[in-house]
Amino acid sequence: MGSVTSFFGGLCRKQVKIEEERLFRANDRPYNLSYQYANNAIRTSKYNVFTFLPLNLFEQFRRLANAYFMFLMVLQLIPQISSLSWFTTAVPLILVLSITAVKDASDDINRHTSDKQVNNRMVNVLIDGELKKEKWMNVQVGDIIKLENNQFVTADLMLLSSSEPLNLVYVETAELDGETNLKVKQALTVTGDLGDSTDLLAHFNGEVRCEPPNNRLDKFKGTLSLDGQTYSLDNDKVLLRGCTLRNTEWCFGLVIFGGPDTKLMQNSGKTTFKRTSIDHLMNVLVLCIFGFLASMCAILAIGSAIWEGVGAGLTSFLSFWSYVIILNTVVPISLYVSVEIIRLGNSFYIDWDRKMYYPKNDTPAHARTTTLNEELGQIKYIFSDKTGTLTQNIMAFNKCTINGKAYGELFDFSGQRVEITEKTERLDFSWNQLADPKFIFHDHSLLETVKEGNPEAQDFFRLLALCHTVMPEEKNEGELYYQAQSPDEGALVTAARNFGFVFRSRTPESITAMEMGKQVTYELLAVLDFNNVRKRMSVIVRSPEGKLTLYCKGADTIIYERLHPSCNKLKEVTTRHLNEYAGDGLRTLVLAYKDLDEDYMDKWRKRHHEASTAMDGREEMLDELYEEIEKDLQLLGATAVEDKLQDGVPQTIEQLAKADIKIWVLTGDKQETAENIGYSCNMLREEMKEIFVVAANTPEGVKEELVNARKKMCPESADEPSVISSRAGLFWLQKIERVEDEKVEGEYGLVINGHSLAFALEKDLHLELLRTACMCQTVICCRVTPLQKAQVVQLVKKYKQAITLAIGDGANDVSMIKAAHIGVGISGQEGMQAVLSSDYSFAQFRYLQRLLLVHGRWSYLRMCKFLQYFFYKNFTFTFVHFWYAFFCGFSAQTVYDEWFITLYNLVYTSLPVLGMSLFDQDVNDRWSSQYPQLYTPGQLNLYFSKKMFVRCMLHSCYSSLILFFIPWAAMYDTVRDDGKDIADYQSFALLAQTCLLIVMSVQLCLDTFYWTAVNQFFVWGSLASYFAITLTMYSNGMFLIFTSYFPFIGTARNSLTQPNVWLTIFLTSLLCILPVVAYRFIVLQLRPTVNDKVRHKLRKEALPAPAPRRPPTRRISTRRSGYAFSHAQGYGDLVTSRRFLLRLPLKSRPALFSQTDSPLAQNQPQHYRTIAEGQEDAQSP
Amino acid sequence: MVKEEKEIANRPDNTAFTQQRLPAWQPMLSAGIVIPGFVLIGLAFIGIGVALFVTSRSITVLEIDYTGIEKDSACFKCSNADVKNCVCNLEFSIDSLFEGPVFFYYGLSNYFQNYRKYAASRDDEQLSGDLDAFTAPSDSCSPYDYNGNDKPIVPCGAIANSMFNDTFVLYRVVNGANKLVPLDGKGIAWWTDYNVKFRNPSVTPLKNAFNNTVKPIFWPKPAYQLDASDPANNGFINQDFLVWMRRAALPDFRKLYRRITDGEYAKGLPAGNYSLTIAYNYPVQSFEGRKKVVFSNVSWMGGKNEFLGIAYLVVGSLCVLMSIVMLIVYAKFKFPEED
Repeated sequence: MGSVTSFFGGLCRKQVKIEEERLFRANDRPYNLSYQYANNAIRTSKYNVFTFLPLNLFEQFRRLANAYFMFLMVLQLIPQISSLSWFTTAVPLILVLSITAVKDASDDINRHTSDKQVNNRMVNVLIDGELKKEKWMNVQVGDIIKLENNQFVTADLMLLSSSEPLNLVYVETAELDGETNLKVKQALTVTGDLGDSTDLLAHFNGEVRCEPPNNRLDKFKGTLSLDGQTYSLDNDKVLLRGCTLRNTEWCFGLVIFGGPDTKLMQNSGKTTFKRTSIDHLMNVLVLCIFGFLASMCAILAIGSAIWEGVGAGLTSFLSFWSYVIILNTVVPISLYVSVEIIRLGNSFYIDWDRKMYYPKNDTPAHARTTTLNEELGQIKYIFSDKTGTLTQNIMAFNKCTINGKAYGELFDFSGQRVEITEKTERLDFSWNQLADPKFIFHDHSLLETVKEGNPEAQDFFRLLALCHTVMPEEKNEGELYYQAQSPDEGALVTAARNFGFVFRSRTPESITAMEMGKQVTYELLAVLDFNNVRKRMSVIVRSPEGKLTLYCKGADTIIYERLHPSCNKLKEVTTRHLNEYAGDGLRTLVLAYKDLDEDYMDKWRKRHHEASTAMDGREEMLDELYEEIEKDLQLLGATAVEDKLQDGVPQTIEQLAKADIKIWVLTGDKQETAENIGYSCNMLREEMKEIFVVAANTPEGVKEELVNARKKMCPESADEPSVISSRAGLFWLQKIERVEDEKVEGEYGLVINGHSLAFALEKDLHLELLRTACMCQTVICCRVTPLQKAQVVQLVKKYKQAITLAIGDGANDVSMIKAAHIGVGISGQEGMQAVLSSDYSFAQFRYLQRLLLVHGRWSYLRMCKFLQYFFYKNFTFTFVHFWYAFFCGFSAQTVYDEWFITLYNLVYTSLPVLGMSLFDQDVNDRWSSQYPQLYTPGQLNLYFSKKMFVRCMLHSCYSSLILFFIPWAAMYDTVRDDGKDIADYQSFALLAQTCLLIVMSVQLCLDTFYWTAVNQFFVWGSLASYFAITLTMYSNGMFLIFTSYFPFIGTARNSLTQPNVWLTIFLTSLLCILPVVAYRFIVLQLRPTVNDKVRHKLRKEALPAPAPRRPPTRRISTRRSGYAFSHAQGYGDLVTSRRFLLRLPLKSRPALFSQTDSPLAQNQPQHYRTIAEGQEDAQSP
Repeated sequence: MVKEEKEIANRPDNTAFTQQRLPAWQPMLSAGIVIPGFVLIGLAFIGIGVALFVTSRSITVLEIDYTGIEKDSACFKCSNADVKNCVCNLEFSIDSLFEGPVFFYYGLSNYFQNYRKYAASRDDEQLSGDLDAFTAPSDSCSPYDYNGNDKPIVPCGAIANSMFNDTFVLYRVVNGANKLVPLDGKGIAWWTDYNVKFRNPSVTPLKNAFNNTVKPIFWPKPAYQLDASDPANNGFINQDFLVWMRRAALPDFRKLYRRITDGEYAKGLPAGNYSLTIAYNYPVQSFEGRKKVVFSNVSWMGGKNEFLGIAYLVVGSLCVLMSIVMLIVYAKFKFPEED
């Protein structure tokens, strides 16, 4: 009922002119209602009981195909034209319409239930000075509602007051933007003072004036007028529907936007409808076919005019339309239905695939869009996110070197490196009650060294426990959680924790740690924070004994410059270890310390205080001070953190590369990290001739770097890109520009930075970028914003005319996922935003290989085979009518029985072809993965294109000639063996249709590679059903009951008993089939495709064993990359500020730092980000 | 235990169907099958072709055009549409015994019984003896459903209206005297047409059923008087009517008129001279049609049709030839085994 009212409400609202400004008063329902703002009921359903039929039919007839068939049916109702009974079109059309209607209805019922469920959620609303439980849908603009912890935000609210200090609330915005880290909102002080007093709140009569409903999640503008004062409202004061309240006992809010006006609803439902290239091709072909149909009909109409003689204008006009009806079977309605069924079936296979099911978090793969399957077999470019997609976003403290001794690797007795697997024995940390049980380390010697009391080792872990900006959270005694700015830091602090140096709590002035079971509190004198230039961070602490120490960690090159000369020897050893770590693709940090003396420190602190309060040049002065104190450091060692790749990523990338798919990594990470991952997942290789880095800061610089790179790869390449312009699409309206691929000797890599990319994506440079990038084997774009990700995808899409796939897991990948032809979301992780806007989702990157090389390839193969066969079968069917026209005075007489025409596509030939297109496989999944080369025909569009279509038409033409003229010649002037009639129309029709059906069945068998029992059943079953149905329809009984509908009585009995009829059928079938067999055989011998070769091989060899997993090889690298810091400014200020430490000590703290590696480059509480434009500014990935 | 079950709640079923592992047979076009297959099919076709050809050759056909377009034709005088009740005599001779049973056909050329509107112009309800359809013929019969006085036409429609109405009498000329050759008009139509599809209304006498109806415009006599000699052969189950109503698929067709099976002619028509007396009623000149009479005997494969035999021979030879070509291609290029 609610939906009905809101529907009519919606109708009424539409008449109201567009809202320009929203004005309402708190606690004043009558006043607010006068503006007719939408209440909080939402309605995502499309129909109700009364509107379903007309609206749904209207929707359906908006589809061109349905409207066309409707038009045909109307034509058939005109007696002068009707060459076929109305049922030949009506039966299939009604069937199709009702199937679609049932599907739409069930979808809509689901939407109704979910609407109802959401609308009936309860919330506390302040009505007449009392808090009352009220349904969500009854909440009005201007109501004050109370939210409690972990509740969903009911509508878009202005925050009034909260239980937390400073009127803060914490919200999780996962449903809006996919980020799981908490965000802080703060109410105005003036409203915050209302507290939770219902009295005060009930008398609150502020007036809000704000922007009209819109879909920008990151912006809000408005004012609150209260007692003559005006306060400005911004996004910071607004809670959006779709968020969840966290870590906040309660809060009060004033409803600003309800239901359909909320930003969540305004953002939804604008998904662009993706269509595959086959769809586009099909549209073009169908249009060509219509043109072809029109010309055939025109020829026959002219024929009719000639045949009829003088004054036959009207007859020939009518005959044109009659032939339109008869020949319309070239585009049968079942084409669209069958295509949908095939895609749906192939989507189910993806959902059902156990090899794409991830048991660890119980996530199966899911085809969220069921209409794009065959495109999975044509992917040419993959755009991948890094974090969470290629990597697990888990940092593991993997190795370290302390005082010249390396730890973390296992060796067997002969000194060989032992590969660490799941089964390798782990270190037992049970002696340490505060240890993190999830921490895994294998090398016993490190633990022993620490336990022995080795001072360097202890200092090493002490440093890790003290020098960081992590926030601890201890919910219960001993249950420690760390909120780290970057996962790297978290990993290091966790490592220290497990090795007995437990960071426990911090205040702005102190850090408390458990050192080997003993509680020690350090006085925190200064935090010398990390930034991008410094690439290091330090803390200065005073131990309980009064010793002053500076602990520093940072990138190797930076720290090395600041070491005391006495460390030179140690430096050499450590460098060797660092090189090894770099070779393993680990992210490293060098640790050093320095003892300070009291006097110096006092002076320094004074200067520091002066500097940090200075008005001018504060930054520079601080930098200078930091520089001064961070020198003559003593080297402790280095850590190596593994940015854990997801399982099987390098192998997957290798296989995809073999399938000639190009993979571009688009990441928000900094260059070093991205390069590092590039190496560890085999995209960048040492054998590459060169890896170009584009990092210039000016358009000219970028251009120069790009051109230089291109000239290096291909010196003879032209200055101007060769752009091929052509036209395509419906009516050839679409202009297409294509940049040709250029051949390059050897392999190259390209790394391009975000700021350079911004220039490169400009109009004048984007082709340059495309050319250079496409010459490289591997392209890595780092520091890119979500918008740039989408732009890169669109660039390739536009100028390469290639099918693109984007894969990612986070909200920042959404734009790219939506821009690409196919979007894949990594599911089972925290955010859902990427999955929600994706077309396919699964839990692990490695499943991409199976999705493309197995499912995609099969889907493409099946769809192409289906289309080829389908067009063949209908063209042949129709052409026979064309030939017959020359023998029946162009009178639009059908060759076949009307019932045969009705049932041909619907019953006799539908299941066999569906069987083929649901079960066929050229080679099985193992072989498909074994030979990624099998994928390339799809990329080149070899299996179905305009050329194939023309070939298909010629084949049909041949077959139809045989199918008409052989029976014609065989039956000409002949009689039965008892002298009676057999050359009559009905016998001829039966003969022609039997020949046709047998030829079609045999042709299908010839096309089928993979004969399952189901295929057999469908083929034989369809043939059997043809004979059964025919005999039934031609029986006495049917004639006696429905005399005028079954005039073919007795035809089957009289003609199928004749030997010459069967001899004709036999001859016709073989004449249609044998040339095809011979042609295919000869082509197979002369020019076998990859496919044929593998199929041939498959017959001789046993199934290949799955490729053994190679142990990762260590590369000899001189490149030092990926130091373990996020690129953003640290949180040093924050942890030393008092703002977040005002709260009661034992209370749980909000998760201020995200678990992702994407903290914002701001020290303030974070705000919503949009997914679309406008996020470049504050955006880091 | 419960927890474990929950953890794999979403795991897809492991069936051959869902995992696309259904057992299957994967045939390929290998030389071992294709080449011998072509040879075998070719040989079989040549065999069948020879049999068909020989059989077809053994069938005797005698065709005589009697349209009367040519001036020297016996029926030239009748070709003028103004001449009513014209009768012409056609003389012909047979050199050797025309083996029986001999079937006597009339043939029409350039006659489009398959023209859509013509073909649809009938009422199967009426023809199956439905009296309701007698008073109200189907629209499909239009314009042959009612006469000028709004009386229903029975049988309605263009097909019935245009029924072939030339009649033939065959004489054997023995010593200058004409001796009647008995023609058998029974059982020339399909059993199903005679017994199921076409029924007279169960009204006796049959004439009463046709009260308040008129005969088709071109018909000289109403349907219940089609065969004066045999009262049972009247109405819609008249054999000639049935044969006519089974309309031809192609514009050149022949239809069975009579069988020559009686007495001394059971073995066939002996050699000698014959005279065919034709009551020339059916006009064909207006559409440049041709009329002919055909005498033919049949074999197991039906009437004379040399096409099928020749086609089998040609296709068979092509198959053998093709197999040789394929063998050469196979031997020369062979399927590359490498990579």
